[in-house]
Amino acid sequence: MIAESLSKRFGDFTAVDQLSLRIGRGEVMGFIGPNGAGKSTTIRMLCGLIPPSGGRATVAGFDVGRESQRVREHIGYMSQKFSLYSDLTVGENLRFFAGIYRVPTKELGPRMRYAVSMAGLEGQQDTLVGTLAGGWKQRLALGCAILHRPPVLFLDEPTSGVEPEARRRFWDLIHDLAAEGVTTLVSTHYMDEAEYCNRIALIDRGRLVAIGSPGELRERGLGGALYELACRPLGAAVEALQGQSGVLEAAIFGDRMHVVADPAMLGLPALVERLRAGGIEVDAAGPAPPSLEDVFVHLVARGRDRRITS
Amino acid sequence: MLARLRVMLVKELLQLRRDRSAMLRLIVPLVVQMLMFGYAATFTVHHVATAVLDLDHSSASRDLVSHFVASGRFDVVDRTTDENRLRNDVAHDVAVIGIVLHAGFQRHLQDGGGAPLQVIVDGTNSNTALIALGYIGQIVARFSADQAAALAGSAENRSGPGPGVALQVVPWFNQGLEDTWFFIPGIIGSLTLLQIVSLTAFAIVREREVGTLEQILVSPISAVEFVLGKTLPSFLIGLGDIALVCAIGILWFHVPFVGDPLVLLAGSMLFLLATVSMGLLLSTYSHTQQQAFALNFFFVNPFFILSGFAFPIAAMPRVLQWFTLINPLRYFLVVIRAVFLKGVGFSVLWPEFAAMAALALVMLAASVSRFRASMTT
Repeated sequence: MIAESLSKRFGDFTAVDQLSLRIGRGEVMGFIGPNGAGKSTTIRMLCGLIPPSGGRATVAGFDVGRESQRVREHIGYMSQKFSLYSDLTVGENLRFFAGIYRVPTKELGPRMRYAVSMAGLEGQQDTLVGTLAGGWKQRLALGCAILHRPPVLFLDEPTSGVEPEARRRFWDLIHDLAAEGVTTLVSTHYMDEAEYCNRIALIDRGRLVAIGSPGELRERGLGGALYELACRPLGAAVEALQGQSGVLEAAIFGDRMHVVADPAMLGLPALVERLRAGGIEVDAAGPAPPSLEDVFVHLVARGRDRRITS
Repeated sequence: MLARLRVMLVKELLQLRRDRSAMLRLIVPLVVQMLMFGYAATFTVHHVATAVLDLDHSSASRDLVSHFVASGRFDVVDRTTDENRLRNDVAHDVAVIGIVLHAGFQRHLQDGGGAPLQVIVDGTNSNTALIALGYIGQIVARFSADQAAALAGSAENRSGPGPGVALQVVPWFNQGLEDTWFFIPGIIGSLTLLQIVSLTAFAIVREREVGTLEQILVSPISAVEFVLGKTLPSFLIGLGDIALVCAIGILWFHVPFVGDPLVLLAGSMLFLLATVSMGLLLSTYSHTQQQAFALNFFFVNPFFILSGFAFPIAAMPRVLQWFTLINPLRYFLVVIRAVFLKGVGFSVLWPEFAAMAALALVMLAASVSRFRASMTT
């Protein structure tokens, strides 16, 4: 799946701004960003649901603008909006989507059985979908989306509103599919889910802000080393550090302070020294592993600052 | 294409069958309204409350009043000799019509000087008033003719009745001028329009609201396959509607059906095609069922009023007359009335058929082309 300078404008509003992205076969790419960042719009363009205003993209080898019909034959799609017919049974829904995707009759039986067992709904073919609990519905929707064995899967916040345990099971399914070579682009706003992805693309205001594996982003995303300090008084400590040379960021984090510093200019001992010189008591200090959330908040804030100054 | 269409239709059928109340919802209101309108929609006025102020007290004045009563159209609710009382009767809705026979009515009648008859009408309901006045005209004319004949008979010196024009009215196609015959076919068309436009629009907008529409649009299904799959059921339900209400009209209200059922079938199919296309077009402009409801209300009600169902199109302002040209119901009413009562065929009705076909094609093409575009916003 390749996108090159993909853009979408609605009137004066640019929802997606020259987004370039490559996702390899069998890769699970996470799509992270604040609400309204352009995640859904990008996915809808890649699915051929809406035409791009600029740039181009190919999915499974087909151009999303010119060959949207071919693209739709080769993708599976599932959105945050639950999209099965609640007044039809499990089996009727599966048969309907299999028919729409023209799954060959002789393969229908095994594929339906696979989808049913994937959703954990064995023996419930005749249950009305409307009576199923959220997690089952979600897994069944995924089952419907892959009935035609698409090589590419687009999941737009597939787990929103589903309880954690069911989300966990859902992600196991995504990894099973990836192991079979299915390329997946999945958007989410759950940070713990970002950790399950091979790579993460962070977008904000229609632009790609950062891309990399969760490990890479944690390592370089902050642009410095993260230290956690327990000190008193907390507010004065943050104030004392803000704007100081070598300090990239200082913020209260629970009952402690998180400081991002350029390790070449300001090591941990020097940092503690500087605080104590300012009359602040430091009870504990040490390096902290940054969470992805830290990284995203930092990157989004930095991206916005840059855009304001430029 | 046929394979996917079949899958769509099977799905629609399953959903319809699962919805136990669907049949009830579709049929009961139709039958009830057909019966209700069939009895209520009439211009005929019976038993108009009438007050009589007889200041002449002559045999002629009594004779005229008995003409009124004998017609069956007027009920004399009050006889008085007090002018104020008559005014009160009309003002307080005791009577709709007041008949005033001044003193000297009989004398003037006999000396040939022309007897004045005053009629007071409550004009609040202008329609009833006009119709009642029409009856009064007829009754008075008959009374005059009777009087003239009696005078001619008694006065031998006159040589027959004087010169005059004798109007002989012979209505064609509806000899009794039964207005049920006029209204029932109109009701059939109107009810079908009202039901099928909303049925089609809501069927699609509901899928859009729930999200299943998007799920289907990311599949390789084409806009034509989806649109056909969604509208064919409405189309078939519409045909069933027309058959059902026609049967009620013929069997229950005894409206004659003198034409060719095949002509009506062909006309109904074109009309339904236009109706379904209109529902489809409305659905491409609606993202929620509320929007669909508002649009439906905005378009379908004027189409109903401006169809010639009750108010003659020729009497409307020019601009509204132009507007009726895009109204499929206008053409269908001509077709269904003509087939029911006149029995004419394609050779006469082809302009209506052509207009409905053109409307259907334009709206259908517009909806299919708008269909994918309507997903982008």
